[in-house]
Amino acid sequence: MSAALPPFQSFLDEHREVVWRFLVASVGREEAEDCFQETFIAALRAYPRLRNARREHNLRGWVLAIAHNKALDAHRARGRRAVPVADPEPSARAGDAAAGTGQAPARDEDLWAAVAELPRRQRSAVVLRFVGDLPHREIAAAIGCSEDAARRSLHEGLTKLRKAVAA
Amino acid sequence: MNRRGSDDSDIGRALRRGDPAGAGASAAARRQAGEDAAAVAARLSERLAAEGLADVSYARVDSPLGPLTVAGTRRGLVRVAFAEETLVLERIAERLSPRIVEAPARLDPVRRELDEYFAGARRDFATPLDWSLIEGFSRRVLRATAAIPYGGVRSYGEVAGAAGSPRGSRAAGNALGSNPIPIVIPCHRVLRSGGVLGGYAGGPERKRRLLELEGALQAVRA
Repeated sequence: MSAALPPFQSFLDEHREVVWRFLVASVGREEAEDCFQETFIAALRAYPRLRNARREHNLRGWVLAIAHNKALDAHRARGRRAVPVADPEPSARAGDAAAGTGQAPARDEDLWAAVAELPRRQRSAVVLRFVGDLPHREIAAAIGCSEDAARRSLHEGLTKLRKAVAA
Repeated sequence: MNRRGSDDSDIGRALRRGDPAGAGASAAARRQAGEDAAAVAARLSERLAAEGLADVSYARVDSPLGPLTVAGTRRGLVRVAFAEETLVLERIAERLSPRIVEAPARLDPVRRELDEYFAGARRDFATPLDWSLIEGFSRRVLRATAAIPYGGVRSYGEVAGAAGSPRGSRAAGNALGSNPIPIVIPCHRVLRSGGVLGGYAGGPERKRRLLELEGALQAVRA
């Protein structure tokens, strides 16, 4: 196939939401917009080189891999201090969660705090899986590891989360 | 989708619920995340255009002739189209660059000039043009066309002559028919011999209305 690349705007329209959700969950809402801009600026620079190179569904994995790296940069820039992840407006989300599911929202808060404590690769694997809804193959591509390693990171991350929430 | 295998445990469900737009989130939370992403992306597009990181910016502009797609590069206005936006942008991606973003603020000056023109308050466009979609003989023809004053009309033969090819009126017609910057490069001011309206990329009715706006309709044979 020598199909031309679609206009960058179409690519942005298609993937903006999953990248946004991934970044809000990974670095917190306050820093998500900077990471979002850096992610798509990097994507724009490389974009013409993708001509003929990738099939449609791989573009999502490609841009999430960039987002993953930008999230790591943001974490590094903040050093080792604890970071909030997910929604920084717990009251709003607690209300939604309570209204939507009837469950106590406090446990979700604990869970996301535990996600923030995970080692980077496990955290990315968990977020890509449950926020990006990516299959293992695409998680592996985004993190830059083998599919087995991605599966392992995800499994280890979930095990830790289960323990943290049960504690 | 069968992506949710054995790891879709209680933890998985809770994570999806916590994700502001996940499968377990409320409809309001999902909508909010979608709106946030759209707003953040719109700010990004304007930035990409303003900083020159994108090669082409475009906007939709409403006009009395219907919606227009206008696109510009660092050099200037490169495309005005009556045609369906997606096709127009795909063609630009092929011919110029796929680094295309929707950046309405970037095209405000063009939009303002078009508004003034349609209101009868502007006779000449001042916005710079990017001629890179126009090559060879077409460029000579459209340069000659750009020199036809507001309210005036020429025949295809006259424009061909002005482009240096007096017998090339058929080729001139082709060049005019594929004018990538209609209205601003006023190909509507070129008629068939004897004042016959002739064709127009946006359809003859639009051509007639543009000539009417410019007070040149009496030159057209009914």
